[in-house]
Amino acid sequence: MKLELKGVTKRFGSFTANDRISLTVEPGEIHALLGENGAGKSTLMNTIYGLYAPDEGEILLDDEPARFDGPGDAVAAGIGMVHQHFMLIPVFTVTESVALGYEPTKGPGLLDFTQARERVREISARFGFDVDPDAVIEELPVGAQQRVEIIKALSRDAKVLILDEPTAVLTPQETDELIAIMRQLKDNGTSIVFITHKLREVRAIADRITVIRRGKVVGQATPDASETELASLMVGRAVSLTTDKEPARPGEVTFAIDGLTVLDSADKVVVDDVDLTVRRGEILAVAGVQGNGQTELAEAILGVREAVAGTIELDGKDLGPLSVKERLRAGLGFVPEDRSTDGVIPGFSITENFVLDMYDQPPYAKGLAMRPAALREAATTQTERFDVRLGTVDDPISTLSGGNQQKVVLAREMSRELRLFVASQPTRGLDVGSIEFVHRTIVEERDKGTPCIIVSTELDEVINLADRIAVMYRGRIVGIVPADTPRDVLGLMMAGVPAEEAVQEASRHQTALSEADDAAEEENR
Amino acid sequence: MSAGGTGENEPRDEARAGALAQAEGRVARALREMGQSSWLVSVLAVVLALIAGGVLILAANREVQATLGYFFARPVDFFAVSWQVLTDAYSALFRGAVFDWQAPSAVRTIRPITETMVYSVPLILSGLGIAIGFRSGMLNIGGQGQIILGASFAGFIGYWMQLPVGLHLLLALLGGALGGAIWGGIAGVLKARTGANEVIVTIMLNNIAIYLLAWLLQQRWFTQTDSNQPQSAAVAESAQLFGLLGPQFRLHAGFILAILATLAVWWLMERSTLGFEFRAIGENPEAARTAGISVVKATALVLIIAGALSGLGGAAHVLGTEHRLTGGIAGTLGFDAITVALLGRSRPLGTFLAGLLFGGLKAGGVLMQSQTGTPIDIVLVLQSVIVLLIAAPPLVRAIFFLPRPGGRPPASSRRARRQRSAAKKEVAA
Repeated sequence: MKLELKGVTKRFGSFTANDRISLTVEPGEIHALLGENGAGKSTLMNTIYGLYAPDEGEILLDDEPARFDGPGDAVAAGIGMVHQHFMLIPVFTVTESVALGYEPTKGPGLLDFTQARERVREISARFGFDVDPDAVIEELPVGAQQRVEIIKALSRDAKVLILDEPTAVLTPQETDELIAIMRQLKDNGTSIVFITHKLREVRAIADRITVIRRGKVVGQATPDASETELASLMVGRAVSLTTDKEPARPGEVTFAIDGLTVLDSADKVVVDDVDLTVRRGEILAVAGVQGNGQTELAEAILGVREAVAGTIELDGKDLGPLSVKERLRAGLGFVPEDRSTDGVIPGFSITENFVLDMYDQPPYAKGLAMRPAALREAATTQTERFDVRLGTVDDPISTLSGGNQQKVVLAREMSRELRLFVASQPTRGLDVGSIEFVHRTIVEERDKGTPCIIVSTELDEVINLADRIAVMYRGRIVGIVPADTPRDVLGLMMAGVPAEEAVQEASRHQTALSEADDAAEEENR
Repeated sequence: MSAGGTGENEPRDEARAGALAQAEGRVARALREMGQSSWLVSVLAVVLALIAGGVLILAANREVQATLGYFFARPVDFFAVSWQVLTDAYSALFRGAVFDWQAPSAVRTIRPITETMVYSVPLILSGLGIAIGFRSGMLNIGGQGQIILGASFAGFIGYWMQLPVGLHLLLALLGGALGGAIWGGIAGVLKARTGANEVIVTIMLNNIAIYLLAWLLQQRWFTQTDSNQPQSAAVAESAQLFGLLGPQFRLHAGFILAILATLAVWWLMERSTLGFEFRAIGENPEAARTAGISVVKATALVLIIAGALSGLGGAAHVLGTEHRLTGGIAGTLGFDAITVALLGRSRPLGTFLAGLLFGGLKAGGVLMQSQTGTPIDIVLVLQSVIVLLIAAPPLVRAIFFLPRPGGRPPASSRRARRQRSAAKKEVAA
């Protein structure tokens, strides 16, 4: 089915999220929609899916104008959507999940699960999905859950499939499987709209690329465009995707974790007997798919999560018995994973957020009394140094963009004399420009001699920053490898394959993404 | 896990702290929604309450009812009488609360405003305590119990001890604050240590306080009097809050105490490291924890300080106004204080003004009843309607077509938030 948008505009109050967007998705085409966070990609897709009504413009399906009053209409018209955050009910089986919303019945009120199960089997078989109709959703790996979402869309005869940031939660190998699925769907004549901000994927999969920035279409591109070209189109200026850094000059080991074991709130082991050391002046990146214990590892270092076994030592001092505050005083700089819940207090001013963990220290306070003038001054100079775009430092921090909020957090953590810097997902949700800045800042901190630990699920970030890479899987360190380890090897390690095996396996089978990388390199030569 | 005994408990404590933080987050969000409603909402809530009260005054009035009997024959009568009844009632309310231009003597002309101030003292002090809780994400319903304990401690010290002027009063006031602090502290420590819900604990403590006082008032050693009435001896002169305007007025130094407390609370919340911690755990306990703030310690301290303020309110009430302990010493002060804090948007100045308003309603209600026969219960209705409207800002916004704060889209809400924060700063300044 051909999907065409003509001058679609969507406003929220005075804010224009989509400004006269026109694009055409041909039948059997994989059309990538590329743009930064907040560029208006999701708004556009929600408009196509009938969740929003466009203020202007129209949507054409096979040259017929379509008008949707809700997702139901869109689904009936043959549009399917797989959201970034899956819309699945954890305790349902695959069959129940697929049947949800259009339950087939036999007689009044009787669900016909046999028919639904058949449908799941049939679609699974047709596309070679390995999905058991009777498996319970919560027990499936993320990649399989995503396939359930796709089956759900296909079972409603979707001719246009919208995938919203589908690779955000997948390992490189799972991504590879998804790419295979997408190609198969394409061969079957399904049109696919693929939303992403990851340049490598776009180039590997898409037939055509539409780039949007600030709600406007700023350009079309073909997959042979280089990553840098795409990035500059996306950001609106020239950007460098890799951080220039000197080779690390590692000094002595000042931070060591030994046999660390941490439980989650349900008493399940999430960090399992982890040993790590970090030298002064080096960046150790902790890679892994979300939910393999990296978050808890970072929290245990900070002390908001108690370790049940093992020791954490900084500068020869055992951090174990110290409170969070004492650890921060000992020179720990910490950038939490979830900025909005752990990093900043949205209702507080920029100044207040800037001193969130130093508010009771001189020169910001004398005894019980805080010194607003000193606060304001420090906040002003530091936010300037970190290039935070703001009105005044008295504005609530919630008025800043994510990137600028993160810069405030970094400014706060790095304005102290640090003995260890730990950052979890330091660039999650940031635009390319901010990512550049954050990475540069972290490398600068390293060059000052601070040992750094960067926890990241983004392989690009890991490879860009790391001097050494520790890969975590199910709470354990699978291996610690050098920074120049190939992506395919890292990807396999992220799925739990030990380093050596991973090297062998990767040499036997190359993923689609790295194939595309190689092809691009060849062209450049 | 084969870890040691202490090690086994730690993660569980941690989990509890996490759950605590989550629950706090939820309450805090609701409170924030209330707290962020603009000043306009507070003012409109009062206006709406007066309108609603007016309808009830009319409905209860026999003359108005009579004109309704022949409404279609002569509607003018209904409107004329209604207007008369309403202006009479509300002008009596005003004269009783602020300035009585019909009074026979100069003293009685200006007495209403001083009465308003007298009534407002415990409301302001306790309201400040409740407001601190609100801003720290805690619903302290225990003002009543904390007032009772404060009054009991202060009163007992006041009539049992013999001390020089000044010292006696100081000790009695401190005792009152201590009593309230203990009562608030019980809830605070329970919440901080075990995650017990402060709403339930403080409500239960209210009941315990009521019966504790009832029992104490039957004990001779406590009442220090031979009377069979359940009341105590009178507070010694040396421990009484001295009058400010001479014997014809009841206005006492408690009002100065209320002003000082308002300033102190402003400083505490806006300028001290402790207040920074309180506001941080109220707005986002997770971020506060990540920044090294001890949520456990701050939680306990919030309720201890809140209790001390309510206790001080009880002390001022018994040392300045009542001069002896009775079973009903606290009246409904503790609950009115919650409304006062809500109406004042949990800000010190707002709470002070709201306390004055409620003191005025109380003082004026008496004159309204005696002069126009309008039941004083109308005042209760006014207060209740105000609570309802403050607790439901969306309702008030809907009635007056005000925009919704904090909603999408980002661009316009940003401006709204900036305005709101500017408003906050004005108050703080």
